[in-house]
Amino acid sequence: MTDATALDVSTDTRKSGRILYVASVVFLCAWVIVPIYFLLINTLSSPDAVNSFPKSFIPEFDFGSLQFFAGFAGMLTALKNSVIVALMTMVMSILIGAPAGYALSRFDFPGKGLFRLLILLTRAFPLPLLALPLAVMFIQTGLDDTVFGLALVHTTLAIPFAVLITFSLFSGIPIELEEAAWTLGCTRLTAFTKVVLPLILPGITASAIFAFVISWNEVFAAAVLTIENRTLTAFLLQNLDTSPLHLKFAGGFILVVPALIFIFAVRKYLFAMWGIANR
Amino acid sequence: MPMNARILPYVLILPVTLFLCLFFLYPFVLVSQQAFGSSDGGWSLDNFREVVNYWKFPISLKNTLLLAAAVVPIQLALALLMATMVSKMGKGRDMVLYIWTIPLGISDLAAGIIWLAIFEQSGFLNSMLSGIGVIDRPMNLLTYQNPWIVFLAIALAEIWRATAIMLVILVAGIGLIPKEYYEAADVFGASKWKQFTRITFPMLRPSLQTALVLRVILAFEIFAVVAALGGTLFPVLMGETYAYQFDLLNSGAAAAMALIILGISIGFTLIILRILRVPKGASI
Repeated sequence: MTDATALDVSTDTRKSGRILYVASVVFLCAWVIVPIYFLLINTLSSPDAVNSFPKSFIPEFDFGSLQFFAGFAGMLTALKNSVIVALMTMVMSILIGAPAGYALSRFDFPGKGLFRLLILLTRAFPLPLLALPLAVMFIQTGLDDTVFGLALVHTTLAIPFAVLITFSLFSGIPIELEEAAWTLGCTRLTAFTKVVLPLILPGITASAIFAFVISWNEVFAAAVLTIENRTLTAFLLQNLDTSPLHLKFAGGFILVVPALIFIFAVRKYLFAMWGIANR
Repeated sequence: MPMNARILPYVLILPVTLFLCLFFLYPFVLVSQQAFGSSDGGWSLDNFREVVNYWKFPISLKNTLLLAAAVVPIQLALALLMATMVSKMGKGRDMVLYIWTIPLGISDLAAGIIWLAIFEQSGFLNSMLSGIGVIDRPMNLLTYQNPWIVFLAIALAEIWRATAIMLVILVAGIGLIPKEYYEAADVFGASKWKQFTRITFPMLRPSLQTALVLRVILAFEIFAVVAALGGTLFPVLMGETYAYQFDLLNSGAAAAMALIILGISIGFTLIILRILRVPKGASI
């Protein structure tokens, strides 16, 4: 074998390796997108088309299924409840979680290890199951079947993430910035609001959105804790056996849309949020 | 402000601590009381005995473990592959990463419904099969006659949905590995595969730990995907807990199931932490 053919072979394998690489990327993108596209077709088709066979692979842009969804008794209320619970979860988990994230990143204090352990423990538990005893507790306090009661449980789900993510965000801001502000006459509080907060706000927003998604998507606790004031997930779950296909698909699609938007909104922070939070 | 700095951290963590005591530790005590309680008010294992002896228990335990065993390793391999592919991607990296992380925001219920669109009788899988002439009329795939198809549909939906969270954790972890290690490896002529097994994999251990623990715990909580695709055809532990609470109105048994799921989760968490333990001082 001459040198020239050896070179050919190696460029050949490199080229086919490149093709394999690009093909795999394209395949994996399709693997994610195509199922969502199928759901989109069903959502944008008339109820008749959804139940017909064989399926068209192009949506007919008929809003019959979505209209049926909007007109289905209790559906819009459930959608509203989902939004309210998720907004409450978002606000509570950041207001309660972010100060702890700041404390973890800026101070060494006795009991810090124990506190981190408590936070990590919550991640190791199947948390939705806590909805079972809480149902009893909520009946005693009048919080049963309220959106606020459910938001409290969802906040328990979201808080460990809020603490760890804000911890990683705060750790990304050098403490020297704050110290400089102190020497320039700021108090700890004004240094925080004037120097740290503006820098951290986009990241905080991202983790708030993450909390929103956790609540928006939660099924088990929502189904256990709400009867009259169902969220969309609980409503869909309860009606899975009885509801027609086009209702399920339209409902599924409404569940998916915020996910697409939110992941797009937080994409820049997604990896930074997890980078240090893992340590 | 030395005084301030001593008290301030406790003031800052107080809200979370109170909140978690009230909504995490306290309900955990309650659920244990309920599980170990008996009709006459004393302590007993009656609830556990009832749950474990119910004919559906062995099947739902087997199904849950089988799903976790099938889904988690595939997710791990897929997430590792995707993370390494992304790490040397130039232009288009952001777009590809956005697409690959979309399922992160999609709920298990929505994922179940999405895959139902593919697997139901008039769904897209049947449409494709008939389009290429394999079948001439739609088959009902998700029935008790086809337990393996039900299993496959649930596993695919779960792999589709939950690989993204592992991917994010691993990409973040790879981002923390110093570039110098790879440069040095290149200088010494180490192959890409060797770089992966000698640098990326060991340095990634903390991230792998997080990703695996999180995924394994969530795998035992699988519920809505199954409800959407398998219904009662494919009993799992979490679904049985829900059934005890709702259909059978037996919260003592539901509480016992909850503790069993918890026990399994903790057991596997400890195993993963032990296998992937990070030697002290060896992390970045």
